Amino acid sequence: MSKAWRFGDDVDTDVIIPARYLNQPSPEHLAAHCMEDVDVHFAQEVQPGDVIVGGKNFGCGSSREHAPLAIKAAGVQVVIAESFARIFYRNSLNIGLPILECPEAVQGIQPGDDVSVNLETGEIQNTTRGIGYQALPFPPFMQELIKAGGLIAYVKGRKKNA
Amino acid sequence: MGMTITEKILADHAGLKEVTPGQLITAKLDLALANDITGPVAIQEFAKFGLGKVWDPAKVALVPDHFTPNKDIASAELSKSLRLFAREQKIVHYWEQGRVGIEHCLLPEQGVTLPGDVIIGADSHTCTYGALGAFATGVGSTDLAAGLATGEAWFRVPESLKFIFKGQNFQPWVGGKDLILYIIGKIGVDGARYKAMEFAGEGISALSMDNRFTICNMAIEAGAKNGIIPPDDKTLTYVKERAQRPFKVYESDFDAQYAKLYEFNVSDIPLQVAFPHLPENAKAVEEARGIKLDQVVIGSCTNGRLEDLRIAAGILRGKSVHPEIRLIVIPGTQNIYKQAIKEGLIDAFIDAGAVVSTPTCGPCLGGYMGILAKGERALSTTNRNFVGRMGHPESEVYLSGPAVAAASAVKGEIVHPQEVA
Ligand code: SF4
Repeated sequence: MSKAWRFGDDVDTDVIIPARYLNQPSPEHLAAHCMEDVDVHFAQEVQPGDVIVGGKNFGCGSSREHAPLAIKAAGVQVVIAESFARIFYRNSLNIGLPILECPEAVQGIQPGDDVSVNLETGEIQNTTRGIGYQALPFPPFMQELIKAGGLIAYVKGRKKNA
Repeated sequence: MGMTITEKILADHAGLKEVTPGQLITAKLDLALANDITGPVAIQEFAKFGLGKVWDPAKVALVPDHFTPNKDIASAELSKSLRLFAREQKIVHYWEQGRVGIEHCLLPEQGVTLPGDVIIGADSHTCTYGALGAFATGVGSTDLAAGLATGEAWFRVPESLKFIFKGQNFQPWVGGKDLILYIIGKIGVDGARYKAMEFAGEGISALSMDNRFTICNMAIEAGAKNGIIPPDDKTLTYVKERAQRPFKVYESDFDAQYAKLYEFNVSDIPLQVAFPHLPENAKAVEEARGIKLDQVVIGSCTNGRLEDLRIAAGILRGKSVHPEIRLIVIPGTQNIYKQAIKEGLIDAFIDAGAVVSTPTCGPCLGGYMGILAKGERALSTTNRNFVGRMGHPESEVYLSGPAVAAASAVKGEIVHPQEVA
């Protein structure tokens, strides 16, 4: 069971991981305080494989890569949002946190719904309600980046072939 | 077809004659920067390339400004890793505590960022350098690490939005902060998502460099990839006495394509205050009148420059900070600090009852040096008023320029400067 955690529009990186915790970049430390300022239960109750569903402009604000790292380390399988802020989008792909843009899914998924996701195809299934959604496909370059396993692997691969 | 300044800079750095919005390019970097929070993560990621050396130690800037002078053992460890890396890599642009300032005040002041540059920084307010006519954008630590390894970064060429400010008849006290808050209030915190924000018009020409930095600094608060102001005489005067390497001036073609044009008369723009918890909640200062405060912060990469301090000191001189207010003033760099001492600004602050600190990000990001308790409220010249940004998740931050901040510190509540001046 992959439980959906619902958040609103413009979720910023300061609430994803407040700056007071950035003095220690270890994944466990970041995960322990993920989303703490908007939902004190999240970090304790989130289970591996759970899904975050946000509104528009998810991840706006600071460039801290600690934000997608915190979400990933908390065990979240994928973030589904109506749209993502650009630095967060880049950072997520770079560190290998799956993200999907899908306004319909954001509309349709309620807190606690059981959601399954096929990251290859972008198909999202709301098992609780029996509804399927299709996320927007990634542009080809991003697909290559994801397939390579993030930016570092991608750049290394390209250097080798150059 | 004509190109915008952003497109021209990117095309040149990608070795292309022309680029169009949406195109993916790989651009050569003139500078890659990081701070004491993002730098250590980038250093770890850089190690994974197994290269040993950064691509060019003269084109890297490492600025320990966020938690420095270090607030605790953990942050001292971060600074230490940045310091050791800087020494081992012989990084040219590294400043130790005592010489360092807030990155986006310091680098332009030191002539490290120049017109026509392509700059990536592991800090979202890297967009500040657009005020010099550079393409500058924030990235995460992994992108920065790849930049350190290769001297390149990939970009999707952004569509451009053009913001034209007509007239030069500013309302009293109105400055760059009010212009940018006003725009964000109109277009929202994602109104320029993935796009370039180009600022132009007589209103911009009238503004000093300090004010222009403030405007470009907050382009990210509208979700933009970069903010940019084509260079003019003021820009060139500013950079000529600082630059230690050649630079190139670009401007937008008359037939450049914009996704959207916005026009404002500067005379219509009143002093702004952004309400919690988003910069887009910008309103005229009158609407915030009477809101009681606990703390006022004047500083940051948005409004910690000399002109900001002059405005604030002009209001505070001979007056007292309200007994129930903590006023914290943080000059952006050591040079700004020294000049402020020479001009008697620091005397004015201390005589009024303010805290004056060495340059640091400090309270801007809720790091240290002015953290808010539960239920407390601050007015700050910084750039973000997100939930918990300056302390407890149930504290509140309002944003304004230096004039409103200084006046409100005297009054104990948000006021128009004319009420105390
Ligand atoms: S002053 Fe604030 S916004 Fe600017 S770099 Fe420092 S923390 Fe970031």
